[in-house]
Amino acid sequence: MSDNLATVVRDICRKYGRERGRLMDIVRAVQEKFGCVSGPAMDLIAKEVGVRRVQVASVVTFYAFLSEQPKGQVVIRLCNDIIDQMAGAPDVARAFEEELGISFGQTTPDGKFSLEYAACIGMCDQAPAALVNDVPVTELSTDAARRIVRDLRKHMDPSRLVHRLGDGNNAHELVHAMVMNNIHLRGPVIFTPANRGEAIRKALAMTPAEVIRAVKTSRLRGRGGAGFPTGMKWEFTRAAPGDRKYIVCNADEGEPGTFKDRVLLTELPDRVFAGMTIAGYAVGAAEGILYLRAEYAYLQRFLEDLLDKRRAENLLGQNICGKAGFNFDIRIQMGAGAYVCGEETALLSSAEGSRGDPKNRPPFPAQKGYLDCPTVVNNVETLACVTKILEAGPATFSEHGSPGSTGTKLLSISGDCKVPGVFEVPFGIKLSEVLKLAGGEDAIAVQVGGASGQMIAREEFGRTICFDDLATGGSVMIFGPERNVLEVADKFMEFFVEESCGYCTPCRVGNVLLKERLERVIAGQGEPADLEYLQDLGQTIKTMSRCGLGQTSANPVLTTLKNFRATYNALVKKRTDGLQPAFDLGAAVGEAETIIGRKSEHAHA
Amino acid sequence: MAKPKVATTSLAGCFGCHMSLLDIDDRILKLVELVDFDKSPVDDIKEFTGRCAVGLIEGGCCNEENVKVLRDFRAHCDILISVGDCAIMGGIPAMRNGIPLQECYAEAYLKGPTVHNPSGRIPNDPELPLLLNRVYPCHEVVKIDYHLPGCPPPADTLWEALVALLSDKPVQLPYELVKYD
Ligand SMILES: Cc1cc2nc3c(=O)[nH]c(=O)nc-3n(C[C@H](O)[C@H](O)[C@H](O)COP(=O)(O)O)c2cc1C
Ligand code: SF4
Ligand code: SF4
Ligand code: FES
Repeated sequence: MSDNLATVVRDICRKYGRERGRLMDIVRAVQEKFGCVSGPAMDLIAKEVGVRRVQVASVVTFYAFLSEQPKGQVVIRLCNDIIDQMAGAPDVARAFEEELGISFGQTTPDGKFSLEYAACIGMCDQAPAALVNDVPVTELSTDAARRIVRDLRKHMDPSRLVHRLGDGNNAHELVHAMVMNNIHLRGPVIFTPANRGEAIRKALAMTPAEVIRAVKTSRLRGRGGAGFPTGMKWEFTRAAPGDRKYIVCNADEGEPGTFKDRVLLTELPDRVFAGMTIAGYAVGAAEGILYLRAEYAYLQRFLEDLLDKRRAENLLGQNICGKAGFNFDIRIQMGAGAYVCGEETALLSSAEGSRGDPKNRPPFPAQKGYLDCPTVVNNVETLACVTKILEAGPATFSEHGSPGSTGTKLLSISGDCKVPGVFEVPFGIKLSEVLKLAGGEDAIAVQVGGASGQMIAREEFGRTICFDDLATGGSVMIFGPERNVLEVADKFMEFFVEESCGYCTPCRVGNVLLKERLERVIAGQGEPADLEYLQDLGQTIKTMSRCGLGQTSANPVLTTLKNFRATYNALVKKRTDGLQPAFDLGAAVGEAETIIGRKSEHAHA
Repeated sequence: MAKPKVATTSLAGCFGCHMSLLDIDDRILKLVELVDFDKSPVDDIKEFTGRCAVGLIEGGCCNEENVKVLRDFRAHCDILISVGDCAIMGGIPAMRNGIPLQECYAEAYLKGPTVHNPSGRIPNDPELPLLLNRVYPCHEVVKIDYHLPGCPPPADTLWEALVALLSDKPVQLPYELVKYD
């Protein structure tokens, strides 16, 4: 057995050239093979790769999809985020527990099944959803959950759970998923017929500087959330000293409620790869990395195959399309389940084979990115836009949208609406119009921009989706009249508490305190001073945190405080007795009462 | 005019903070000119005799008795001060917070190296207050107006704070009196 471990681990390490930078792939492969990365396995990996064991351990313990303790042969990860909760995830969870005889976080004694909760797995439009190993199972019901377990008991093969195939490429033999695209609105930019190779050929007919100028002329801004002008980012990277440069496509898509990159990678991956290649030409990079979140592993073979096709067609590789000296290739780097890895510097740490720790900025990736080389990090959709800009010209692109936010935006709409799914809308569209498109007009609140975004109240549904007003990476979550916005905010705080990398105190500790105090208010034990506390603490976390996660993690609280003040005010009342209402003496002595065998004389007076 | 009154108590503390209070040395004479002591181990007054201006709390809450006393202090004092790290964040006693209560009891009464308890029972005596599930810092049980950190806070810190409060001045202690590294 341990001989086997040694041989397999060695083979895996060799497959990845025993490179420290491929540690992620190595531990992922070991995890897949043995259901864990055990202590002995870590020792072996450390020796093969030439790092200390603690470096291996720090990777294994950081990511949700890796573990030191053995996991079941089949791991069921049920999304536990708010959208799934609203769609009935708690009942589905109970069905799984009953059918398997274990609770979440446990593995069956026979080592066959583990049951876990996951943060948003990017299937919000078909919630409740779960991953069974790599296989997404969507629109779950209690019956479906029971059937899944019974079927698995028979064959232990998650891929055989796919009884119906999704639309489009979801039915492709290399994808073979029940996932639906749910594209409900096709706009003039993204969801348009594509001609493989056209954009690259057009780009290669220009100089790199001209390509950058075209992107600048289009006024394209990053679709990943921050909205940085793409052309400028490329220009910085091109100008940065160094002869090795990299293009990284950020397909981590971890922001709760976002799933449009999944659809892009399913239906228009050629546009994305073309965008990366064009970026490579523009900035002078020879290598590209698609950082794909672990939750989308079911797309990996399909994407690898497409890369092969593109190599065969000379759209990747040496002297691309006959352009002497332009060499570019792309590899896929799988993530392992960590929201913070969507943050560009954390993503780079992860792609370098480390924990997904954000790095200090500056230097920005454009100066010092992957392996300290100048690096462009762009979102999937941004790169798809680039391809369209090269295909149709910058002017055709910028005629859509608003002056500060050109082009269209893919929205991932989920929650209380008739048709959740992906909508390509022009920038500048009113939130109320978005709601109409999705059939969510009776919403009382809309969370724009994911957990890190803003909770918008009815009075502000006239605001517009664009970088200057309601910026969003694409997530729009709709909440109907029966929802409690404060509980939604609390759920988002749970997400951040879970996903904080723990590096800095305001984020690691502050979010926990914020959540506790919010829950006190929700429980009716709050006072007006607690609202000030929430505001102050939230502001502190925002200003004192190192990376974008902490800088936005207080938003669920801060934006509900601002936009749903009346809801808060109705819950708090001033007290004059000087006691802390959250302290419950009866509960605090309960255990001792049982152990000692008498009732407290103070608690029940 | 009657002198303002000060009350003090040691909850789950070691009395070190009270020792530190006595450490103000001869200034204690000035202090008794400024104030009268009400309920406090210093004068052994067991029950409040009236309203107090300031209550000094040493130690956090580890048992039901602590909670009762602390609430009593809150009811009688205009200003409550958490004195020392035990009051502020549980301190040494809170090290048990990660250990199941049953194990704490067993260690104290059954299995500890110096325990002689042939009955093998955990005593059930009204004199022994029931333990709380964990040790709580004071501000989680009642509202606390000021926190004076330190283990214990130096005599000067206590002195400066008390004098400022009793003479209606803002409590603005110099950095040296509240920094500990
Ligand atoms: C916590 C956190 C998570 C993020 N997740 C993503 C993500 O999943 N996808 C993405 O493209 N950008 C994400 N970003 C933004 C990236 O850091 C970066 O700005 C973006 O990838 C740049 O690409 P763009 O300019 O094309 O938008 C995230 C940022 C933070 C702070
Ligand atoms: S803000 Fe949060 S996620 Fe970002 S570095 Fe600090 S602890 Fe890590
Ligand atoms: S803070 Fe220090 S001196 Fe004061 S009671 Fe606690 S342990 Fe004793
Ligand atoms: S899949 Fe559950 S919230 Fe996105």
